[in-house]
Amino acid sequence: MEPGDDLFRRESGRIVATLTRIFGTENLALAEDVAQDVFCRALEVWKLRGVPANPSAWLMTVAKRRAIDLLRRERRVRKFAPDLDSLLVSEWTLTPTVNEAFSEEAIADDELRMMFSCCDPKLSEESQIALILRLLCGFSTREVAHAFLSTPVAMEKRIERARKVLAESAALFDLADRDLCERLPVVHRALYLLFSEGYHASSEALVRRELCREAMRLASSLSDNAAVASSVSSALCALMWFDAARLPSRTDAKGDLVALADQDRLRWDRALIAKGRHFLERSATGGLSEYHVEAAIAAVHCNAAAFAETDWPKIVRLYDALLQLRPSPVVALNRAIALGYAFGPERGLREIHAIPHSDRLAHYPFYPAALADFESRTGEGESARRHLREAMELARNSKERRFLESRLSALSIDQAYVE
Amino acid sequence: MSEFVYLYRGGSRPESPNEGQQVMQKWVNWLGDLERKGHIKDKGQPLDGQGKVVRDGGRAVTDGPYAESKDIVGGYTLVEAKDLSQAAELANGCPILERGGLVEVRPVMEM
Repeated sequence: MEPGDDLFRRESGRIVATLTRIFGTENLALAEDVAQDVFCRALEVWKLRGVPANPSAWLMTVAKRRAIDLLRRERRVRKFAPDLDSLLVSEWTLTPTVNEAFSEEAIADDELRMMFSCCDPKLSEESQIALILRLLCGFSTREVAHAFLSTPVAMEKRIERARKVLAESAALFDLADRDLCERLPVVHRALYLLFSEGYHASSEALVRRELCREAMRLASSLSDNAAVASSVSSALCALMWFDAARLPSRTDAKGDLVALADQDRLRWDRALIAKGRHFLERSATGGLSEYHVEAAIAAVHCNAAAFAETDWPKIVRLYDALLQLRPSPVVALNRAIALGYAFGPERGLREIHAIPHSDRLAHYPFYPAALADFESRTGEGESARRHLREAMELARNSKERRFLESRLSALSIDQAYVE
Repeated sequence: MSEFVYLYRGGSRPESPNEGQQVMQKWVNWLGDLERKGHIKDKGQPLDGQGKVVRDGGRAVTDGPYAESKDIVGGYTLVEAKDLSQAAELANGCPILERGGLVEVRPVMEM
């Protein structure tokens, strides 16, 4: 998770947002083309000459020049941003207007507004995330499709539809800060899902790490921006940082999942955990959100030097709170598991069986897997194996399947040892 | 030690800034490695694809130099190596090879 190697992705979002501000949302594709051109040029020069001392300024200067050339060439035939159009037509005001749009303050504001407009409530959550990756993280359509294990053709259609919705929200750059705040929960949700996609999806490790990193970058820019800063943004950041800290130990050398109990905690990233604590402290000023509670749960895990030292009663209390804020069978399952670790496997089994609407977990592989876990400890080996086989049938990808398979074979070995 | 010029020809453009970042990283790693091993005399310059060709005693000036982008030299680097075969071997890790391009390795003529 080194910050240096996201330069192109970071700057790409800033350039696309600023060019869209100047060209107008209906010329979004043009803004993307110009940005793409700027980065190809940067690559050609930098790969031989090295990255300049201030790469961001280099890119912005090239982008600005390209924008001015293009406006001169096309201002008679194309309409640009309605509020700027008259200023862009006159040679007297063209350069000052573009310079103004490329001031550091304006760029940061444009990027933020772009993020909020990608999260248009008229768009599905999947489309919002696809658009964020395309416009703010410099992903190609093919790369977005790859990250979501979808086909490029299907993704192109989805992004094209989303672009149209965006083009219609022409008021994007005139919105008052108050209006932005109204949409903040949708933005939080999209960034949360983007991070989760990176954390849980089965695409390759490199792609997943990039998704997590981009979600973290955008979330922290949200919490840094005074106009929309909120304790919820800080809580979301805390959650992401705590989870990211544990990412290296979630998979083994072969890329297979490792259970929390078996993870090598020495591999957890202490610097990320410290930053997570910092965000968590900052989040304490406002009302409690689901991200606050999730961050607090992650913090408990990060605080435990070993699995056996985990403060399970505290985690149970936190899941109680989360269940109030976001009632869902998956949260209830996690609460039941925590109760099992806190008060013994019999209690865990009882709680799992008592989950209301557990039929909604019928396709969730970790429901039978959790049953199997506790059953193996109460000596119900036969039932545990049956539940693990059931879980394997439900596995959503090969990684989950291999993980459950290794649990099953571990169980069989234990059994053989006892017999 | 003798000097050689690497001419980078062709190679596809990255599809996105994100892909550009990855290509960039590969170039930095490859050239950095050659530099650490003392093979880089001059990292060279990138060349713009657009240009003119002047020929026929100056009577013909055309856009050029080539119609096909795969033939265009996109840049050069001056390297030092024991001999031509070592220079060619060092060129083998060049990231342009992953993108359909090629490296032309040419000895600098000695006096």
